Amino acid sequence: MTRTISYAQAICEATAQEMERDERVIVIGQGVDDFKGFVGTTKGLVEKFGHDRVMDTPLSEDGMTGVAIGLALAGLRPIHTHIRMDFTLLAMNQIVNIAAKSRYMFGGTVKLPLTIRTVIGRSWGQGAQHSQGLHSLFAHIPGLIVVAPSTPFDAKGCLIASIRDDNPVIFVEHRMAHLSKGIVPEESYTVPLGKARVLSPGNDVTIVGVSYMVVECLRAAHRLATAGISAEVVDPVTLNPLDSETITESVRKTRRLIVVDTAWTFCGMTAEIVAQIAERLPGTMVRRLGYAPVPCPTTKNLENLFYPNATTIAAEAHQLVRGQPWEPPHEEAPEIIEFKGPF
Amino acid sequence: MSALREKLYRSLYRIRRVEEEVVRLYPTDKIKSPVHLSIGQEAVSVGVCEALRPDDIVFGTYRNHALYLAKGGDLNKMLAELYGKATGCAKGKGGSMHLVDAAVGVMGGSAVVGTTIPQAVGYALALKLQRRSNLVVSFFGDGGTEEGAFHESMNFAALKKLPIIFVCENNFYAIHSRQEARQSAVDICKLARAYDMPAERIEGNDVLAIHDRVGTTVRELRDGAPGPRFFECMTYRWKEHVGPADDYQGGYRSYDEARPWVEGDQVKWIGQMLDQATRERIEKEVETEIAGAIAFAESSPFPAPEELYTDVFA
Repeated sequence: MTRTISYAQAICEATAQEMERDERVIVIGQGVDDFKGFVGTTKGLVEKFGHDRVMDTPLSEDGMTGVAIGLALAGLRPIHTHIRMDFTLLAMNQIVNIAAKSRYMFGGTVKLPLTIRTVIGRSWGQGAQHSQGLHSLFAHIPGLIVVAPSTPFDAKGCLIASIRDDNPVIFVEHRMAHLSKGIVPEESYTVPLGKARVLSPGNDVTIVGVSYMVVECLRAAHRLATAGISAEVVDPVTLNPLDSETITESVRKTRRLIVVDTAWTFCGMTAEIVAQIAERLPGTMVRRLGYAPVPCPTTKNLENLFYPNATTIAAEAHQLVRGQPWEPPHEEAPEIIEFKGPF
Repeated sequence: MSALREKLYRSLYRIRRVEEEVVRLYPTDKIKSPVHLSIGQEAVSVGVCEALRPDDIVFGTYRNHALYLAKGGDLNKMLAELYGKATGCAKGKGGSMHLVDAAVGVMGGSAVVGTTIPQAVGYALALKLQRRSNLVVSFFGDGGTEEGAFHESMNFAALKKLPIIFVCENNFYAIHSRQEARQSAVDICKLARAYDMPAERIEGNDVLAIHDRVGTTVRELRDGAPGPRFFECMTYRWKEHVGPADDYQGGYRSYDEARPWVEGDQVKWIGQMLDQATRERIEKEVETEIAGAIAFAESSPFPAPEELYTDVFA
């Protein structure tokens, strides 16, 4: 039976199914029990499971992350939510110095089955502190698993896998992805962490898209097809551990690599992926796209220049493959046009 | 009463002697770990832990040798950990600041001040949600009360009425910086009361008073009274902040300040309450145990090279 639900609903369903299956799973975060249900991702949970298992928190990102760690040390399996990754910065000490390191520095005597959900990326007009994609900061740290599913199917499967994982997982959700719809099986299932997906095959260039950027990469691939260029689009899904195998096999075929991130490129996921391919396939032609190297402006015309989009990705790929510039007609992403919040 | 004093003395004497042995061994460079010694402060950990059950949970700081031992942490594994051996409580990969013995409720120490306080609160939340009868005690220093995470923890613990006892070991210093130079309120119990938390200050590093007051609180919480509770225990660090030496010549403090604390040494105080035969028996047993632990650490192997990569993930 195929049915279509949104990414946000898929997260909600994954959470509810795991909470039914395992009474140790609890959700804790700002507003998880309010009428908006964290953009729908926790809607209905408090009615079903009660306030002890769907718990609102004070505005204490640092302290509450420590609390989530304490819950995990005591044998519960908490899902701790941060409304935005920009705010998760307040929790870096607990995440980097404790969550990532506890199992190692305590000689394997403890485990932290903790999932931290956090939201990145553009909608429009949110500005510099409401738009960041800082997932590479977490991917940099040994001891953290970082997963960034881009489709509702992967959102549900990856979240179930993350909750069942006995390690700290940073679960990265792009805010535009929350609204996107896709086919999602009703039954419980897992998507294995650490495996990339080849979303559409091609021969001329590999385009790797991080998180929701993969949607823009697919749009770019359609545009490129009109110019006779066949692009292979790859979704890493998990950022760390990275499935370098799958990406390498693709680039072995196409010999050209573009990596697109919803983040700055300097010291980011694009740098890591390009470096790994350079080590495995020396001489590969590479390009990286990401945020402009500035804080994000709020005014629409500058904001449009700040983010990569299908047009700029297609232009970059064309330059890489044909050695010539190309300006395909720009179409704004419909979800950006329609977007009215939540921010 | 004398049974209690024997237990207190054994614990106090044992910790003191372990720390003195660490001082003695340090110049051999076999202990490859920065050590933040508990000498002078043992009474706080001992007084509190003697009032706890084995299944109660404690979280501490990087100055955790006393807490680890007072709560029942394995002595062999502690010394092996300081030596960096594979038989250490953290397989040699944590060192002095990250001693852990989860089997007896000693959760791992953290080097970053204030970091274990919210974790202790989270653990207490889990105990309350699961309706368990064991408790959590969160130890931190006077410096820890300045960290934002302390206040976030206090607020949440009070909000949820959690089964947790906060114990501030006030030794007046954060490294070399005096409390008066760092805190506007100085009265730490006042901070706790700002969160509507019952708070009590215990003077003089008095192990019997600490055991009595904390013990009463433990009984009240186990009988169903809501937490949290707060104790500020005045104490004094004899040695330098990190390392085995004295630092009274450093200029930030004088031995005149230390003298009353040294004269009021709880190890000596409780010891002289026991009859000589009992005291000597305890001391002999402890010395044998410590010598055995040192031999264990000396003879244990270092971790294999592959251990660099193990235990990152479960």
